[in-house]
Amino acid sequence: MARKVKKSRKLFVTALAWIIALTLFFPVLWTVLTSFKTEAEAVASPPSFLFFDWTLENYAAVQERSDYGRHFMNSVVISVGSTMLGLIIAVPAAWAMAFVPGKRTKDVLMWMLSTKMLPPVGVLIPIYLIFRDIGLLDTRIGLVIVLMLINLPIIVWMLYTYFKEIPGEILEAARMDGASLRNEIIYVLTPMAVPGIASTLLLNIILAWNEAFWTLNLTAAKAAPLTAFIASYSSPEGLFYAKLSAASTMAIAPIMVMGWFSQKQLVRGLTFGAVK
Amino acid sequence: MATEHSRAAARIMISPAVILLLLWMIVPLGMTLYFSFLRFNLLMPGMEEWTGFENYRYFLSDPAFSTALINTLLLVGGVLLITVIGGTLLALLLDQDFFGQGVVRILTIAPFFVMPTVSALVFKNMFMNPVNGLFAHIAGVFGMEPIDWLSQIPLLSITLMVSWTWLPFATLILLTALQSLDREQIEASEMDGAGPFSRFFYIIVPHLSRAGTVVILIETIFLLSVFAEILVTTNGGPGNASTNLTYLVYAESLLRFDVGTGAAGGVVAIILANIVAIFLMRMIGKNLDA
Repeated sequence: MARKVKKSRKLFVTALAWIIALTLFFPVLWTVLTSFKTEAEAVASPPSFLFFDWTLENYAAVQERSDYGRHFMNSVVISVGSTMLGLIIAVPAAWAMAFVPGKRTKDVLMWMLSTKMLPPVGVLIPIYLIFRDIGLLDTRIGLVIVLMLINLPIIVWMLYTYFKEIPGEILEAARMDGASLRNEIIYVLTPMAVPGIASTLLLNIILAWNEAFWTLNLTAAKAAPLTAFIASYSSPEGLFYAKLSAASTMAIAPIMVMGWFSQKQLVRGLTFGAVK
Repeated sequence: MATEHSRAAARIMISPAVILLLLWMIVPLGMTLYFSFLRFNLLMPGMEEWTGFENYRYFLSDPAFSTALINTLLLVGGVLLITVIGGTLLALLLDQDFFGQGVVRILTIAPFFVMPTVSALVFKNMFMNPVNGLFAHIAGVFGMEPIDWLSQIPLLSITLMVSWTWLPFATLILLTALQSLDREQIEASEMDGAGPFSRFFYIIVPHLSRAGTVVILIETIFLLSVFAEILVTTNGGPGNASTNLTYLVYAESLLRFDVGTGAAGGVVAIILANIVAIFLMRMIGKNLDA
């Protein structure tokens, strides 16, 4: 049954949806536009919207002010590293819980999720002191460990949700057909598990990339990722709108593109498959 | 059927994750608990001594604590209210048939991927600044006095900032749930003469309740520990006007170096979070078939 939507109504909905979407997106758009202005134009009154002399000088200046490349690499190493390490630990666990569920599997899962309820600030001091004493403060490896641990429950849950959807009958069928365990894993299970693992990977990179509490408190100069680098612009001497915008644009662009590609997985992943 | 053998293998596969999370819970938690009973200042190493509940007495009787507690609840509650109601309305709108759905969806979800330090700085300088901010310009166009957002209404400003991040998330989840709604059920109810309001409250809201539960759970986990937005914009001020529990404990321990009081605050934060968690876990436990 196709419902006839009146044309005027459709136009109205279109206009309203676009206005709201553009309003929500505006701060991002404004930041990107400002990054191409000169400092004088960035604070001009009234503000110029599209008609200004576009320049790339801010991007060069951001790199000059402080090594942007290094902070970028820190972000990459920390988010990718913590995600990979998390996957190595979580894949077997989620696998076992999904395919060999025991009486207490649900309890274990709930308990894991409950560790997410531990406010970071409640354990900040010990972690800070431990890291200080064993020399992990302001190191990439320290942050990789912490971010891996705080995201581990989410990684396990997401993988569990995906694995749970792999029908057990397929495995049994393969076994009946005489597939060896090795072939079963390579040809039957892996192809079905890879999309779920990939989504989990993507989402956790996004979460780790944007995580700010631990990165701000456990890094100083050496291991600071982009979250901490950007925060350094809050000091008064760093108050240049155009340069701030350029740095911000460079910090959010890669992860935003990644996020756009993984919208669907984001919903499934973060809601543990409860919403489809 | 799982055999004894495969059960043993499963236990081995689960252990690394369980052991790591157990360590992550017990070691720092135990240390926090221990520190909370010590007089412990980072500037005076070697002077630690047992003080019993002194730190708790000091932390709980500090007027900053009650302010921070109220601020925390206002921030979490405010953002939840804005994002859940706003997200529902927006999801209903985006679920309609219109031109450019794909692009609109992409534009709407974008704020969720902006890292908190970036959104805080962008809002602070380019929007809420009373001299150069865009909001001030807009106020000027209408002949109004510009508001100094972060010093006059700091907590509300931060609430709006954080809501900007989480509204897209709520919208996306609720929209996805809405799209799985059975169209024929809606049409049947229309034919039976149900108006838009009864349709909304009797069909759509119950259908969305599961997704809504998840949105509230996830958001609460993250909102209880909002930190970067406060650090970068107001530093908790003016006074304590925008200090939440997370920020207060951070300030006690890493700005005033008073680890003992900070740890006591951390324990209080953990207790409060767990009170909230018990309710939420019940909700999600009911709503998820694990």
